[in-house]
Amino acid sequence: MSDLSVSMSAAGGLPQTPVLPEAPPKVTVRNLNFYYGEHHALKNINLTLGTNRVTAFIGPSGCGKSTLLRVFNRMYDLYPGQRATGQLMLDQTNVLDSKLDLNLLRARVGMVFQKPTPFPMTIYENIAFGIRLYEKISKSEMDVRVEKALRGGALWNEVKDKLNASGLSLSGGQQQRLCIARTVAVRPEVILFDEPCSALDPISTAKVEELIQELSENYTIAIVTHNMQQAARVSDKTAFMYLGELIEFDDTSRIFTSPSDRRTQDYITGRFG
Amino acid sequence: MAVQSDIVDDAGPYDRAKALGAFKLGDVTFYWITRLSAISVLLILGGIILSLIVGAFPAMKEFGVSFLWTQRWAPSADPPVLGALGPIYGTLVTSFIAMLIAIPVGLGIAIFLTELCPQWLRRPIGMAIELLAGIPSIIYGMWGFFVLGPFLANTFQPFMINIFDGVPVLGAIFAGPPSYLSLFNAALILAIMVLPFITSISVDVFKTVPPVLKEAAYGVGCTTWEVVRSVVIPYTRVGVIGGVMLALGRALGETMAVTFIIGNSFRISGSIFAPGTTISAAIASEFAESDGLHQSGLILLGLLLFVLTFFVLAAARLMLMRLEKKAGN
Repeated sequence: MSDLSVSMSAAGGLPQTPVLPEAPPKVTVRNLNFYYGEHHALKNINLTLGTNRVTAFIGPSGCGKSTLLRVFNRMYDLYPGQRATGQLMLDQTNVLDSKLDLNLLRARVGMVFQKPTPFPMTIYENIAFGIRLYEKISKSEMDVRVEKALRGGALWNEVKDKLNASGLSLSGGQQQRLCIARTVAVRPEVILFDEPCSALDPISTAKVEELIQELSENYTIAIVTHNMQQAARVSDKTAFMYLGELIEFDDTSRIFTSPSDRRTQDYITGRFG
Repeated sequence: MAVQSDIVDDAGPYDRAKALGAFKLGDVTFYWITRLSAISVLLILGGIILSLIVGAFPAMKEFGVSFLWTQRWAPSADPPVLGALGPIYGTLVTSFIAMLIAIPVGLGIAIFLTELCPQWLRRPIGMAIELLAGIPSIIYGMWGFFVLGPFLANTFQPFMINIFDGVPVLGAIFAGPPSYLSLFNAALILAIMVLPFITSISVDVFKTVPPVLKEAAYGVGCTTWEVVRSVVIPYTRVGVIGGVMLALGRALGETMAVTFIIGNSFRISGSIFAPGTTISAAIASEFAESDGLHQSGLILLGLLLFVLTFFVLAAARLMLMRLEKKAGN
């Protein structure tokens, strides 16, 4: 089985980017526990997301990676019976503070979902909608912002002639990039990707991955993925989670070449999961 | 072994063909039963339209198109004069006001139930809505006559009349004297009656919005109101309008409750606090004592209601299609 990891690295599974120096922390998680009612889904998580770094979360289904992502922007708050304890700092803000303005938090921490989720409106409006929530700007300024966001989402050239078409008329990959553009348009500080490519074809996946790399110049990124090559390709740091626990958290190159925990080794070589 | 398998091979094709033959007969029977059921709908619809036209023919011949814009309704005059303007006006006005009240309230309840309501309150309110739909219309009529009518005439109507006294257009709409029996009372009862339709259908379609789409909207920082306005309602537009149309259809044709409280006056008054009548109320209150041309006139009214409902529903379809086009689908 160990030659699987060799063949994987031979196929370009290893990160091409060199190991970056340690970045100042953007998000700091201390002793985080999360509960779905009685079910203890996250157990004592401690980690930091470095500023303008990409952090990947891998692990078998149900290990709590998506749950962790949903704590970063308090998305779990929409559902009764879900609660988190511990500490989660975004810069100097305590995200778990019950008095926190959630709309403001979610403007700072954007999210891209597993399935593309364009709103039921035109392409232009999909972008302008989020901007309008926070800023009152003129039509011409809005045009500039929409174009900038769509360029940021690597979508501008494909949609510039049909900005008034429905967002739902785009292909799956284009819809996902529209959602990324929409997230970027609000000018967040952190972007969360929850398996952003699992519903996309390989070419769209390559585009989205490229985009994530570009975005990491300006944003702090957390990505949940089931695709280990993807984690190796796009991330600087990788966290391996198993049964609600953070097993190992280290530089991506280290995780994929010489993991220190047996379970990480087993998972990335495909022995379980 | 070899002998046994020979027997199976010999028997196999024969048995299968026979078995399939029995199925085939069942299939044909089933096909014809469903086909006849479907055709019977067309026959019933056609039969109703035909008998309405036949019954209305004498009145059509006597009054012609002017039936539509004659206000006078005098079946015992000599010669009798019958005009449908009063009932048509009453039908449209009561339905319009009813929808004006029921749509925002119904949608409000649906939004509260699906987006905001704490779990423990959801069932009681949901059940109350369903029970409201189950109350027979005659009970609404009696309640409107004995409770709502006097209440409105003593409190709400004088209040509105005083406020809008002397104001140009509104003054005429809310003109006195207060009355137990009025277009407004009927519209209010209609609004209460169609509320469950709008609410329960809206709740059902609101539940079809994918949670991840709502999360995406919350994810860019929307408040609950913004999520509802910009995501939930646009996404469910077709279903919501369908519910509203069903409600409008009921409001246009509702008979018993309206007959109790509308006052059955064929005279058109600009005020919504004045008595009036609707097409179905006029038919219900006069049909038993009518004969000859009078009866034919009432049947013609029925035909008009049929046409009116058809046009309203067709207009709604058209509006829906244009909405779809505008949304770029």
